[in-house]
Amino acid sequence: MSDAPAAAKVALLERADRAARAHDRTITRVDASVGDELKYILVARSDGRVVGDVQPLIRMNVSALSERDGSRQVARSGGGGRLGLEYFERVTPEEMARDAARMAVLQQDAIEAPAGTLPVVLAAGDSGILLHEAVGHGLEADFNRKGTSNYSGRVGQPVASPLVTVIDDGTITDSRGSINVDDEGNATRRNTLIEGGVLRGYLQDEISARHFGIPSSGSGRRETFKHYIMPRMTNTLMLPGESTHDEIVRSVDRGIYCVAYAGGQVNISNGDFTFSVTEAYLIENGRITAPLRNVTLIGNGPDVLSKVSMVGNDYQLSDGRWTCGKNGQSVPVGVGMPTVLVSGMTVGGTKAG
Amino acid sequence: MTPIDYARHMVELALRAGAEQCDVYVRAYDESEVTVRLGETEKLVEAGSKSLGLRVINGGRTAVCSTADLREESLARLAKETVELALISAPDEYAGLPSADDLARPGSDSLQLYDERLGSLTTDEKVRMAKACEAAAFGVDARITNSEGATVTTRSGEVALANSLGFAASYPATAIALMVEVMADDADGKKRNDYWFSSERSMHRLLAPEEVGRIAAKRALAQLGAAKVPTRQVPVVFEPMMAVRLLGDLAACATGGALYRGATFLAGRTGTALASPLVTIVDDPLEPGRGGSRPFDGEGVASRRTAVVEDGIFKAFLFDSYTARRMGSRTTGAAARGVESLPSPAPSNLILQPGSTPADEIVGSVKDGFFVTAVMGQGFNPSTGDFSRGAAGFWIQDGKLAFPVSEVNISGRLGDMLAGVDAVGDDLTWFGGMAAPTVRVGQMMVSGL
Repeated sequence: MSDAPAAAKVALLERADRAARAHDRTITRVDASVGDELKYILVARSDGRVVGDVQPLIRMNVSALSERDGSRQVARSGGGGRLGLEYFERVTPEEMARDAARMAVLQQDAIEAPAGTLPVVLAAGDSGILLHEAVGHGLEADFNRKGTSNYSGRVGQPVASPLVTVIDDGTITDSRGSINVDDEGNATRRNTLIEGGVLRGYLQDEISARHFGIPSSGSGRRETFKHYIMPRMTNTLMLPGESTHDEIVRSVDRGIYCVAYAGGQVNISNGDFTFSVTEAYLIENGRITAPLRNVTLIGNGPDVLSKVSMVGNDYQLSDGRWTCGKNGQSVPVGVGMPTVLVSGMTVGGTKAG
Repeated sequence: MTPIDYARHMVELALRAGAEQCDVYVRAYDESEVTVRLGETEKLVEAGSKSLGLRVINGGRTAVCSTADLREESLARLAKETVELALISAPDEYAGLPSADDLARPGSDSLQLYDERLGSLTTDEKVRMAKACEAAAFGVDARITNSEGATVTTRSGEVALANSLGFAASYPATAIALMVEVMADDADGKKRNDYWFSSERSMHRLLAPEEVGRIAAKRALAQLGAAKVPTRQVPVVFEPMMAVRLLGDLAACATGGALYRGATFLAGRTGTALASPLVTIVDDPLEPGRGGSRPFDGEGVASRRTAVVEDGIFKAFLFDSYTARRMGSRTTGAAARGVESLPSPAPSNLILQPGSTPADEIVGSVKDGFFVTAVMGQGFNPSTGDFSRGAAGFWIQDGKLAFPVSEVNISGRLGDMLAGVDAVGDDLTWFGGMAAPTVRVGQMMVSGL
């Protein structure tokens, strides 16, 4: 049982329910949940080091169903972080609920997405999940120690456009992926993975660090005491560049603008990844136009990163909603990035041309 | 105490603490995992666990609490806390246990869920199996250069359920799985990897370790030189393992849970033509010895076979007792259950019945098309049926697998895809609790270049 009183949490859910329904009369069902935990960890090592930490975590999800003329569209929103109920002083249940309702209604008018290779603009914030899947996993040292990642043996080599700098930072205040110490008792830190397009290093736990003859990067994580330790991401970010959001969108004649995602998957060995996009729009003549349905992005990590042709100055941290799964273990993670243009990427739509 | 004793005892404690209705689900398992990589033992895990989940329903208010601490004082505390938690949950007129008529009768079950040989399998034997599997993969071809390892997992134990209607039953069950993933180096530093596995309840059905290794290696090698293809609409052939993935998507739409949430495109479709007449899909928990087989469901309801799609007609949703009451229907015995969660409807063994066309003829009659051997991602929306997933496989030219394809996407709507099935193979293949033959969909969008 958590510390926050259950009645206070029920009240949050009722607020979300009312706000989503009030947003649009086609909203016929709302599902909301709020979960919080307070995790105490203690790591005792055979070298005598004993480290403890207290790790709060709160997460709210809202999904809204819009029904119109027999067409049903469900959309989800959510957020959270390393906080208790005071999180809701920053983001209200109403805001989350209206966001879910807005997306569900938007999907009612969405048109079929084009299929084929197109320029893709990734919106600031949540798009960082692409970075997590497409690049981050391939940079976890266990895969590289075993030589099974497509980034194995490539430290010091260019693996991305010179505009790209990627960081994994476990120290961001209150972010969902942050931890003071990892599960091997090492302090987390800001690790540079790719700098100006050049691969700088991997995410290390103790075993892998020993293999590479360097210190751990504070990236050893386990779901619970029952699980074994692996190198994992914390908050994975792309640093901002020079372009404005409008410059980036204006530069595209015909392409896709991607805002929100349902989830993705990567093949670590060859770098292929895929993402379901839950909020996407067509870009026509430099302007964001019609909402699109059923959009999937498919690409190859190094290939997509080499095609990053503009990076925005509008970096955003995603509100904490992501959980990363690896070998059956789930850990909370954060992501963030600025608006980015990928000059060409395969869009799995349903409409020819 | 045995699991069924714990379940019965916990029901009594809950009733004494003030529960009106309750049920208790107990899982007691010994589990092991052995991983061998590059011929060396990399990981050995053995774990035993007993855990128990209590559901209390008081005046339509439901609460679930669980514990792995089965000492008497902990169980008494759990009973008290669960009753208290129910007080603050919202009342729901449909909450409740299943009707007594639907509960399983104790009796002989011949479901073959338990294999004694698994309990006596030593760690050395498991290591030998994993080593043989990986070595066979490397033995196929010198171009297999690396491995994610071969893993043997086993589970042996018992599930018990008791409720305040007087139901108490348990069954022993085992499971064993063998899996290997290997890779070959391709041009441009890309690696081509693939895996194969065998997952069964008993040793005698498990594929030989060497066979699993050889299949994985051949699949990885076949992807060497894979390329994107131009974007176009073509016939798409799903090998059995991929057809099983489509079944999984359909299952997410065909449960009472999706129905009452309004989150399925199948709402209102019962009794109507959904798929091609070639398609028949059944949920059958009574199929002997399969991954999803069980004598009763997570609420104690007797297992039965349910036709979900019959000759293309959508026949039935899968219900547990709650979703059935909510939708004015009757439970189909489909309650899945974990110790920490409420029961919810899910398939047991979901089977796409084989047809009469030999699998090679299904490819042989395609002039230009895509043969899918891998899909990626979560691109399926149950409320609309929109399907869009990353894919890899082979391009079919003039009835032959001509060259490997990767980094493309296949998309369509599940309803249209099922209606567009124009061939169902005779090669029914089981993967744990799901089975399907080769299936061809007449037209789908393949996005690439």
